Amino acid sequence: MTEPILTNTPTALEITGLQKTYRNGSTALRGIDLRVQPGEFFALLGPNGAGKTTTIGILTSLVNKTAGTIRIFGIDHEKKTADARALMGVVPQEVNFNLFEKVRDIILNQAGYYGIARTEAQPRCQMLVEALHLTPYQDQMARTLSGGFKRRLMIARALIHNPRLLILDEPTAGVDVEMRHETWQFLRELNAAGTTIILTTHYLEEAELLCNRLAIIHHGAIVAQGSKRSLLEMMSHQTYLLDLAAPITVLPDLGLPRVRLVDPEQVEVAIAQNEDLNQVFRALDTHKIRVQSLRNKSNRLEELFLALTGRTP
Amino acid sequence: MNRMRRNWVGLTTLVNKEIVRIVRIWTQTLIPPVITMSLYFVIFGSVIGSRVGKISGFSYMAYIAPGLIMMSIITNSYSNVVSSFFGAKFARHVEEILVSPLPLSLLLLGYMAGGMVRGLLNGALVTLVALFFTHLEPAEPWVVISVAILTSAIFSLAGFTNAIFAKKFDDISIVPTFVLTPLTYLGGVFYSIALLPPFWRDLSRVNPIVYMVSAFRTGILGIRTMPLTTAYSFMILFLLLLFGTNWWLLKRGTGIRN
Repeated sequence: MTEPILTNTPTALEITGLQKTYRNGSTALRGIDLRVQPGEFFALLGPNGAGKTTTIGILTSLVNKTAGTIRIFGIDHEKKTADARALMGVVPQEVNFNLFEKVRDIILNQAGYYGIARTEAQPRCQMLVEALHLTPYQDQMARTLSGGFKRRLMIARALIHNPRLLILDEPTAGVDVEMRHETWQFLRELNAAGTTIILTTHYLEEAELLCNRLAIIHHGAIVAQGSKRSLLEMMSHQTYLLDLAAPITVLPDLGLPRVRLVDPEQVEVAIAQNEDLNQVFRALDTHKIRVQSLRNKSNRLEELFLALTGRTP
Repeated sequence: MNRMRRNWVGLTTLVNKEIVRIVRIWTQTLIPPVITMSLYFVIFGSVIGSRVGKISGFSYMAYIAPGLIMMSIITNSYSNVVSSFFGAKFARHVEEILVSPLPLSLLLLGYMAGGMVRGLLNGALVTLVALFFTHLEPAEPWVVISVAILTSAIFSLAGFTNAIFAKKFDDISIVPTFVLTPLTYLGGVFYSIALLPPFWRDLSRVNPIVYMVSAFRTGILGIRTMPLTTAYSFMILFLLLLFGTNWWLLKRGTGIRN
């Protein structure tokens, strides 16, 4: 994970007052503002139907906006569409390549649409194919690839023109654990090399692991935006699960709020920002209750996400 | 990157991709039209045509040959673009182009060029077939070439319009079945509209295919049933109208954007 590059480079992505109302009258975006700095690994999070895919659709010219402005590295997305698009690479949520084309042809054709002739694109294509472990499949039709390799192919295709801004819409959805970790490593290296990345994902641990800034979108509006640390500090409580060394039937009165027995072997504790876990351990110890291990009840970002989207369990 | 070069590479990539598609599925794109047209030549030209007298001084086989070549160009240009662009929409790989810097006008031009390649290739193949049945020597070669090019461009663009509005596979066969085929059959492929009663002759003049077939027949046989300037004017008008309409539809996102 890298820190944003602090230079005079214009903002990688600047969205102001973006609105989208579909023909059926449903409003997907209610005037969102978003800033992504060059070099950032930025996560756009939100529940299903929050407006993430619509936002990405507008950025990638697949959805018409109703109002608002977008600038990509200072270039007006509406007035200089082609120049703005040339700076972006897109990995969509669903497979959108011709399944009857060869892997290599899909990547090289995409280079062509960005103005890079086939012969010029060959070396970078080879590099991407190797980096994403697609070499054995490069001369096969895309339909023969597994789900994980199809996603990798879309990443290779999105990077063939060496974009400054990469947009990833659920890049590891449905991908097995090993391949997911390899993809994360690849994306980390890409970001470290200077590519600004915007990620939407349902895997909040993915966002927490990779991203240094994030925004949470809900009902078409940004409800929180900032660095991961500043957002996590917004959380009033963190919830832990304590695994007990021996089962208990009743939890004695510990004199602490937000402590409950989940089952005979597990206690749940919610700790406020100004509290620490030691007081819980001390209280349990006075009642001869020993704790064997402890863990977060859920991913921290997940707790924040649930709190901000009104879904706190 | 120089914008002109970027656009040129983008356009040639799209055209090459379309040509590769035509060649890859040659059993669907090149063989069936040749077989169909061979049957037309055998049945209408040889079997029935031998009982029909001369038309404008030519055997019936020679008379229908330009019409059959045009019919092949029309149907193949149309069906290539409608199936290719609708397929790209359906499978969503049109998004590869929509997210790229390639201007929409060049996207349209690329698909049009693909349709023209298939239409003209089929036209050439049907011409070869025709040579087995009759003698053809173009009276005005430039008319033949220019009318073939204009016709294939017009019907490629018409196929594109169909693909823009199509939402399911049924939608790409409705227009060819209920509009294109009747217009082609009534467009003077098998007869001269001069042989029709005045009412039907006048009605035929609103059929754009009449102008194309007539001009193409002029180019091959030298028979003039209407001034070439009228035919060219109509063709250029249709070409501009269809290109403009398609470009406008793409620009507003009809059928491709939410």
